[in-house]
Amino acid sequence: MPLLEVKNLRVEFPTRRGTLTAVDDVSFHIDPGEVLGVVGESGAGKSITGAAIIRLIEPPGRIAGGQVILNGRRIDNIPLDEMRHVRGKQIGAIFQDPLTTLNPLYSIGRQLVETMQTHLALSDREARARAIRWLEEVGIPGAAQRVDAYPHQFSGGMRQRVVIALALCAEPNLVIADEPTTALDVSIQAQVIALLKRLCREHGTAIMLVTHDMGVIAETADRVAVMYAGRIAEIGPVRDVVKHARHPYTEGLMGSIPALTHKVARLTQIEGAMPRLTDIPPGCAFHPRCPKVFERCRVERPDLMPTDGPNLAACWLHAPARGAREVGHAA
Amino acid sequence: MPPDATAIVQAKALVEVEDLARDFDVSKPWLYRVLQGDRKRILKAVAGVSFDIPRGTTLSLVGESGCGKTTVARLVVGLYPPSRGRIRFDGVDMAGLASRAEAESLRKRINMIFQDPYASLNPRWRVRDIIAEPIRAFRLLTDEKAIQERVAELLTQVKLSPKDGEKYPHEFSGGQRQRISIARALSSTPEFLVCDEPTSALDVSVQAQILNLMKDLQAEMGLTYLFISHNLAVVRHMSDRIGVMYLGRIVELAPGETLFATPRHPYTRMLLDAIPDLDMTGRARTPVGGEVPSPIDPPPGCAFHPRCPLANARCRAEVPQLRPVADAQVACHAVEEGRTA
Repeated sequence: MPLLEVKNLRVEFPTRRGTLTAVDDVSFHIDPGEVLGVVGESGAGKSITGAAIIRLIEPPGRIAGGQVILNGRRIDNIPLDEMRHVRGKQIGAIFQDPLTTLNPLYSIGRQLVETMQTHLALSDREARARAIRWLEEVGIPGAAQRVDAYPHQFSGGMRQRVVIALALCAEPNLVIADEPTTALDVSIQAQVIALLKRLCREHGTAIMLVTHDMGVIAETADRVAVMYAGRIAEIGPVRDVVKHARHPYTEGLMGSIPALTHKVARLTQIEGAMPRLTDIPPGCAFHPRCPKVFERCRVERPDLMPTDGPNLAACWLHAPARGAREVGHAA
Repeated sequence: MPPDATAIVQAKALVEVEDLARDFDVSKPWLYRVLQGDRKRILKAVAGVSFDIPRGTTLSLVGESGCGKTTVARLVVGLYPPSRGRIRFDGVDMAGLASRAEAESLRKRINMIFQDPYASLNPRWRVRDIIAEPIRAFRLLTDEKAIQERVAELLTQVKLSPKDGEKYPHEFSGGQRQRISIARALSSTPEFLVCDEPTSALDVSVQAQILNLMKDLQAEMGLTYLFISHNLAVVRHMSDRIGVMYLGRIVELAPGETLFATPRHPYTRMLLDAIPDLDMTGRARTPVGGEVPSPIDPPPGCAFHPRCPLANARCRAEVPQLRPVADAQVACHAVEEGRTA
């Protein structure tokens, strides 16, 4: 049984000029201990998907349809005070900016203790000892002395380590990490990613890793979902998505990333930009930018469908009847 | 700077920077200092940087936050006066310009593109006025019709429509705004562009569009770029030569191919190893520990020594200078002594 199942999730934001659909009919699952990467450009809906799972969408935004099932139990319709016990205990969260996650007025020790005592039956002394152990585990030097320090006394990389400790301290089965390393320098980013990976492997925690950085995904994720204009364009094992993309958007995206290992004269260029939520084109949302567009794409919206590889792609090129001759173009 | 390191300065360099340094006074206010007995605190953002950029080529400076790369960019365009050192543009010392007219004639040959396309365009001006500003400021054209024709030509050059000139910046996406910034930078027909993280705020597919555009423009107009970025892959794509900065100094300066094929400085090696790359799916790596120290109180000797696996007593005491190694220049005692293996 998958740990998390998201079925036909739809998130809407009512505005004065009509309803915007930020996440549109998104389905995927995460197995226990698995790392699912979710990539996409700004506005693709990847962060909103993560926020919807833990019910942290700011009103007037709302989940307008679909189901979120954690350990066989629906969590998208339970009361919010019940949801508070799911958050932290079953799903931990790590956000981009550690300064906004940590309370500046409380020492990091107090924040860890409070989180653990909310979800686990621990005495004050046990909780404090465990807080120190967590700080040691995430690599804070001198944890026993620094447990009473405040967030501003730590550097950015150290703060993100504290946030990781905070997300994992109640021993959740799933961590949603939304751009956990984007605010950090590369050398610190590598340390934090390695730490997150190691801890989740040791504790058997699954990760939903939301990021725009394909490099981080390629090194960390088992499977990856590529999002475009509120929908999943392609999903599959990370190696297949990176090396043998089946969706023209994924293919263009991979080609547009400059490589470290070789130099090309020109980067692949996807013309135009992702549509705004107010004017998503009919048919496939990618069709105005797609180099392989044909008639069907303009009128009919593709759902995720099997390809010749292990990936699923939302692209008519892979439709069994009419797109068959095109299949394999990316292999 | 020892003479042997500057000996390779090519005669035809458009931009020559010599021992450039910039300090910032970050002390508390005077009264606090007197009452609390604090000393002045000086942040050495750039501590003696030398390089030259031959005409029509791209030199990139790469490094992590706080290494001084943006300060170098701002010094080179003259947004900050240097605390020490010299910048020569086409053989003329930028500090020694006597008259205003002289300074202006030099300045219009240099322009800058900034990182944040949301902050660098005036939201209350129409795009055509934003682009025309350098033309008007330098009085390159005076006839209004000629100015508008030039603006239309610039918009076409950056792959926007001449009709976009009527709009305001908020009507454009991040990538389009960066095209407007580029059009503005090109409007004074400069020879030298300083680009400070021009694509860091953009999505990758848009970044590819802007990088391709910048390369096309360079090929068309023979532009010389000083390119500042924290992204090594972007830097590799854009540059002829690359300088790696750490705490206010260049630790390695080498042609792009050399730097990636045979990185010599331990910091460069660490950086290259730390970057997650698409080609390395599944590869385990050993991240180097430690963080960049504070530039207010940098470690003595080589600033990298607390994180360096090769550090010895000399590294802790003596600041290494850039020395030529093959076609690169490296500031490292271990490299000089052949301890890198």
